Amino acid sequence: MTTTTIDPRGPTLSPGVSSPGASPVVSSLTVAGRTVKKFIRTPQLIVAGTAQGALFLLIFRYVMGGAIGHTGVLSYVDFLVPGFVATSVLFTGMGASAGVADDLGMGLMDRLRSLPISRFSIIDGNVWANTALTTFSLAITTGIGFAIGFRIHNGVGSALEAFGMCVLYGFAFCWLFVALGLFAGSPQAAQSLSFLVFPLTFVSSAYVPVSTMPGWMQAFANYQPITAMVDTVRILTEGHVAEATLGHPLHSYLAASLAWSAIIVAVAAPLAVMRLRR
Amino acid sequence: MTALIEARGLTKRFGRVSALAELDLSLPSGRIVAILGPNGAGKTTFVRTVATLLRPDAGTLAVAGHDVVREPQTVRRMIGLAGQSAAVEEMMTGRENLAMVARLYGQSRRSARAASAATLDRLGLSDAGDRLVKTYSGGMRRRLDLGASLVGAPRLLLLDEPTTGLDPRSRIELWDAIRALGEDGTDVLLTTQYLDEADHLAALIAIIDGGRVVAQGSPAELKQRVGADVLDLHTREASTLARAAGVLERLDIGAPTIDTETQRCSIDAPKGTGVLALVVRALDDAGIDIEDVTVRHPTLDEVFLKLTGSSCSATSGSSDSTSISSSLSSDSDSDSDSDSDSHSDDRVA
Repeated sequence: MTTTTIDPRGPTLSPGVSSPGASPVVSSLTVAGRTVKKFIRTPQLIVAGTAQGALFLLIFRYVMGGAIGHTGVLSYVDFLVPGFVATSVLFTGMGASAGVADDLGMGLMDRLRSLPISRFSIIDGNVWANTALTTFSLAITTGIGFAIGFRIHNGVGSALEAFGMCVLYGFAFCWLFVALGLFAGSPQAAQSLSFLVFPLTFVSSAYVPVSTMPGWMQAFANYQPITAMVDTVRILTEGHVAEATLGHPLHSYLAASLAWSAIIVAVAAPLAVMRLRR
Repeated sequence: MTALIEARGLTKRFGRVSALAELDLSLPSGRIVAILGPNGAGKTTFVRTVATLLRPDAGTLAVAGHDVVREPQTVRRMIGLAGQSAAVEEMMTGRENLAMVARLYGQSRRSARAASAATLDRLGLSDAGDRLVKTYSGGMRRRLDLGASLVGAPRLLLLDEPTTGLDPRSRIELWDAIRALGEDGTDVLLTTQYLDEADHLAALIAIIDGGRVVAQGSPAELKQRVGADVLDLHTREASTLARAAGVLERLDIGAPTIDTETQRCSIDAPKGTGVLALVVRALDDAGIDIEDVTVRHPTLDEVFLKLTGSSCSATSGSSDSTSISSSLSSDSDSDSDSDSDSHSDDRVA
């Protein structure tokens, strides 16, 4: 039992006049804490998510990998794993949509919106929590990548930068998914909206070289965000060999990736805030 | 003195539907207030507007003198909201849920923990406090949800259909909790479609229909406003009932209503008109044997019927317009299941 001591700020239940409301930082952390707790206490989510990621990685590596063979001078596993890890943030970030839509449906969002806190922190708390979860699964996916034969050829420093870029992608896409969840209306709708990630990830350089696709598809694949994001990670982990295969220097991919991440946040964040202020 | 809630010409439209149509309402502080109305009357829209979740299209709404549109943050500092569904996190314990909300109200960690413990205690959830909410029953969730709305010790509690969908026992437990809050001096505004709930809990009732207030007053005042007391008479047999009704009709003091199920015939009996004596004499003259005759105050259901033209607690069940339930509580309890399905009509996103 807790002994209730009298706190000057008063845990009294007699009606107060007015509550100050939590600061933006405390609000964000409190909102984020709840999402993280929910995730940690649902172990089946973690196990299923990890198993699914591992399964797909094994299928690409060993089932398709044989037919794909070498991609340029890179072995397929070294080509695949950077792409797979970078795109994994989309598959784990997807969960944010359903979570947010669920909060809206069950009235939790109404409660949060009726509290004396900034509405921005309701969203950004969710984004931070989901970014943390995405980062956690990034680490696991990376570990599995190493286990099936992936190796870095460009030094540890660059590899860590690559990981940092993946975390950034995760952050950007979490904004997108939270915004989608707010607009979706129901968890089911949010889930189906999130499947937009399939064309985005598969029609990119993530799993196979873009040059093997038909011309009209290459046009899309080359200019959509995922390709630049994936190739940045590829060059950071594999160095000159990858740079030579891909055809452009690192800095152009890096600039494109940073720009795309910024654009995604710049579009999704105001939409999400607008939706919640409504 | 500033009114606790002051609405003037409050209007909110969803597409072509006016959920609130120039609603005027002034509610004082210090009493439990019930907003009573059928599905789609605008109750939820009104509460959501008070809670700053919706912006009105026209008119003004102020809570303790603070405009909900111009000073939403000031209003949010004063209110605690419990919506129609239990908005609590299933994967956290009851204690954690309450502490989280207390933190968001701006309390220190320690203060939030203490407020959480005190609230659990007050709602009889101390024993379940450390269990995950997903193990809670529906009634416990609603109580925890109520706890979340009051853990920040708000000045005004907003409860949107707090007992919809609950079984009778959980309902009474929740009523007790709400009544105790009112006695402690927290202002409570609740919406309900149950007349007995308004009658039991509220010192002041505002009946709304079609987005406007159609009547306002204490339960006693409202019953009085419909004016007349009601004379009920029971007969032993159905055939006698029809004959008795015929006699009443010929008295030319109003149209009697007949409820064959309970063998009852009712007629308005305005005070000081000696209707009782008149009726007894007329029935005696006609040689009709009656079981008993009573004169009583009208029920809120009858008041509601007169004011809105539709029955409130019996939305689906006994649609027979001549049957007016005299025992409100049993009536609305049996209806609570069907009503909980339809309550979403009232909630326009």
